[in-house]
Amino acid sequence: MAAVEIPQDEQAFLAYVQAGGQVETADWMPDDYRAKLVKFIEMHGNSELMGVLPEREWILRAPTLQRKLALTAKVQDEVGHAQLIYRVVEDLGKPRERCLADLVDGKAKFHNVFHYPTKTWGDVGVIAWLVDAAAIISQKALLKCSYAPYARIMKKICWEESFHILHGRDVILAMVTGTPAQFELVQEALNRWWGPLMQFHGNPIPKEEDPMYLWRIKSQGNEEARQQFLEGYVPQIWELGLTVPDTKLRRREDGTWEYGEPDWDELMHVVTGHGPKTDERLAFRRRFLDQEQWVRDAVLAA
Amino acid sequence: MIYEVFRRERKGQAFEHAGSVVAPDTEFAEAWAREQYGRRGESVALWLVPRDAIHDVEDWADEFDLKYRRVDGYSIKARLKEARERAAARAG
Repeated sequence: MAAVEIPQDEQAFLAYVQAGGQVETADWMPDDYRAKLVKFIEMHGNSELMGVLPEREWILRAPTLQRKLALTAKVQDEVGHAQLIYRVVEDLGKPRERCLADLVDGKAKFHNVFHYPTKTWGDVGVIAWLVDAAAIISQKALLKCSYAPYARIMKKICWEESFHILHGRDVILAMVTGTPAQFELVQEALNRWWGPLMQFHGNPIPKEEDPMYLWRIKSQGNEEARQQFLEGYVPQIWELGLTVPDTKLRRREDGTWEYGEPDWDELMHVVTGHGPKTDERLAFRRRFLDQEQWVRDAVLAA
Repeated sequence: MIYEVFRRERKGQAFEHAGSVVAPDTEFAEAWAREQYGRRGESVALWLVPRDAIHDVEDWADEFDLKYRRVDGYSIKARLKEARERAAARAG
């Protein structure tokens, strides 16, 4: 049987991926598709790498040894995800060194939620449970990505993320079944994180106008992802007796969630490098990139 | 050097392509592949293959229409119908 031919012109290629066709590294692809892939996947890699920093801050302060071990394992997983993802970007033509340089120079983006501080252990719980939940919704949709090597890596990543969510839920459950002060820590953290969580999946542009959807890099629109998050997690938040800080939040008869308009200006401001922790965390990355240069040199000289 | 990583999830299963690692030599490649593809017990064995060593075969010419070797080369519906009708006629 003849192998499926990847169309060699942009319009036919577009039709091919829109019909569910998948593309491999060595296949021909339009320049625009390759550029969009690099941008999207690199941002994902950056987010994994930067996403460990808010949690890393709590490894030394974790309340028990078991929590310390679990948090360390999670950080290790996420750095591992960054390595897998940067490998995919490298095969598309952008070396990891350049991704890291662009990241620490502030030229590349990473997810909004990793620009914020983790004030208390309650924040660690909310991140591990709800930020990871929001992220896994996006990542599960990437299992159908038109770029097959990325979709395959996502299988492994989603598998590991399922442990992270459970760990986060366990942290939250321990606190809401603890003292009133512990419960309050969770509620305060939820109040802090709700805004960024609602911004996480991006503004509700119709998916037909989203270039990442057009090329089938993403398989769902932003609003679809947010609705899925609300449908899956708001009931879980409510059943613990927590309050979601949005007076407009309600589920309509038809199953659609209504909510107060997320602060899109804040999202734009934060992801363009002006979040409360952006500079500090990038400086941290920069310092370690310089500090560990000798390791990379030594390995390459091996 | 780029090493392609294949992993076997359970004994008796086929090795399946998992991803790749960049390493200066096989020893480092093994260390990183173990870390990336085996540290949670998700693999019982790994194969590491330098990408350059892979001989890629993708071109499947079918100039001679060899359908007679495949199930889609046979459409027996009409013949079966006729055979049944004849058998019925013979049985009277």
